[in-house]
Amino acid sequence: MKELLVISGKGGTGKTTIVGAFAGLAKDSFPTETTVLADCDVDAADLHLILNPSVRETKEFFGLKRATLDPAKCNNCGACRAVCRFDAIAEHENHIKIEPISCEGCAVCFHICPNQAISMKDVTAGRWFVSDTVYGPLVHAKLGVAEENSGKLVMEVRREARRIAETLGSSLIICDGPPGIGCPVISSMSGVDLALIVTEPTVAGIHDMERLYTLAEGFDVELAVCINKYDLDYEISADIEEFCRKRNIDVAGRVPFDEEVVKALGRGEPIISLGHTGRVSESPAAKAIEQLWAEIFNRLFV
Amino acid sequence: MIVSVASGKGGTGKTTIAVNLALTLVETESVCLMDCDVEEPNAHLFLKPVLEGSAKVTVPVPIVNEEKCNGCGRCGEICAFNAILPLGKHVLTFPELCHGCGGCTLLCPVGAIREEPLEIGLVEWGHAGSISHIHGKLRIGSPLAPPVVKAVKCHKQNMPEGAISIIDAPPGTSCPVVASVSGSDFCLLVTEPTPFGLHDLTLAVDMVRELQVPFGVVINRAGLGNGGLVDYCNAENIHILAEIPFERRYAACYAKGGRLVEEFPEVKKVFQDLWHAICVTADRV
Repeated sequence: MKELLVISGKGGTGKTTIVGAFAGLAKDSFPTETTVLADCDVDAADLHLILNPSVRETKEFFGLKRATLDPAKCNNCGACRAVCRFDAIAEHENHIKIEPISCEGCAVCFHICPNQAISMKDVTAGRWFVSDTVYGPLVHAKLGVAEENSGKLVMEVRREARRIAETLGSSLIICDGPPGIGCPVISSMSGVDLALIVTEPTVAGIHDMERLYTLAEGFDVELAVCINKYDLDYEISADIEEFCRKRNIDVAGRVPFDEEVVKALGRGEPIISLGHTGRVSESPAAKAIEQLWAEIFNRLFV
Repeated sequence: MIVSVASGKGGTGKTTIAVNLALTLVETESVCLMDCDVEEPNAHLFLKPVLEGSAKVTVPVPIVNEEKCNGCGRCGEICAFNAILPLGKHVLTFPELCHGCGGCTLLCPVGAIREEPLEIGLVEWGHAGSISHIHGKLRIGSPLAPPVVKAVKCHKQNMPEGAISIIDAPPGTSCPVVASVSGSDFCLLVTEPTPFGLHDLTLAVDMVRELQVPFGVVINRAGLGNGGLVDYCNAENIHILAEIPFERRYAACYAKGGRLVEEFPEVKKVFQDLWHAICVTADRV
């Protein structure tokens, strides 16, 4: 079983568009088996918007416990406030108050309180779902607003996707990754077989790809690059190609700017989708993504 | 006044809005642009500031003196982040998981733990013309963005009284975004008229409402797709403060690191009007 991760560094370069198209293409490549899909962008998950899932299972996600204060036991000594390094404990008119949004759940206040006035409570920090789509099962999540621990939720999503893939005997899991290079990206990247970096020919796109490349290098992850909207700026596209050539990274695809991508999205379906009538897009971007998929498939399985 | 620029979805144009708003305002006000997208900071690519200084951002992580350690295992019990693992008198630490809460050091009964700073990022500052610029850079491989965000926000050095701070926030709605947006006087939520843009805007709206920061919406790439964005804003009584139409020449200008307000007079007008709309909405005229 192989795990393919699609990431970008910079947001909005087209990760979800590519993953959505891959979902349909994988169905062509594996006619007799099921590919598992995982949306690891738990902070702003969007893949479900184009795969039309029906939710089969919903699970609660508990992040770190949070401190809660029992005012009846509190004598407002301020010991908790003195040890909290996250400015989560304030004093209002001589009364101690915990700011839940700032609490990181370290529990130091709980341990230090001389009156046992603080307890650590489980907080639902989000939910994750197993859904059915025409492309195969989708594991996705919704992190609660303003919550921490997106990395831990990413790990739960990936664990469930792997469990399903093992049960079904799937050859492939396709993961839609989060933007950035921080904790959820690190959780998404560890142990994948191939990370496809989707970039765009803009100064921000190439800058962010370079930082992501350095991160991936530290993880010893196999890489490939796709230049999305490559015809937006040929000069910067050439710079990206040069960057990749110097580091021996395969530029596996070059997808042109194509308004059909936005139109398909507006219809709530992937640019290459499997409707009841079969494949429904023959646009320039769709064709380029088909070629990209062939490259990625070869890289993983041939 | 502090105005943060956030979005939910990545790539909707936060940096474009933050940079061009700063360039518009600097003609009449003193302006500081703080790039809090410390995982992937980009504002400097457009502002091209001359950097004048930098400071390391560190988290205090535990160092265990095994000669003093009595092997009680207390540190492992109390650490909520699995960053310290006692194996008898041999104690393993995982500094990259440590949040620097200081619990193990404080609660070790034999005082065998001290703290040492671990570098997780950098804050750099300088000027782009008259715009003061501060940005943070998360060290590549370090997972913890919020302390670097907080360090950027703490570093408003040499800021004149009454200056306007513009914060370029990271995408999403989780802890690094909250660290960026909290404490703002106003938040601009940048979106695009696609189902992804709308869906992630609803998440961002939930976040700013939870933080109780007044906000308004900027629609970028207006005309490219639809997706019920205006209907949603009307139903939720959210002000749409500006719309920037999709034009391939704007996209090409952005790609090169160009400044829209300097190349397109009609866009400059949009930003002047946007500032007026922010002031009206934030009740500050």
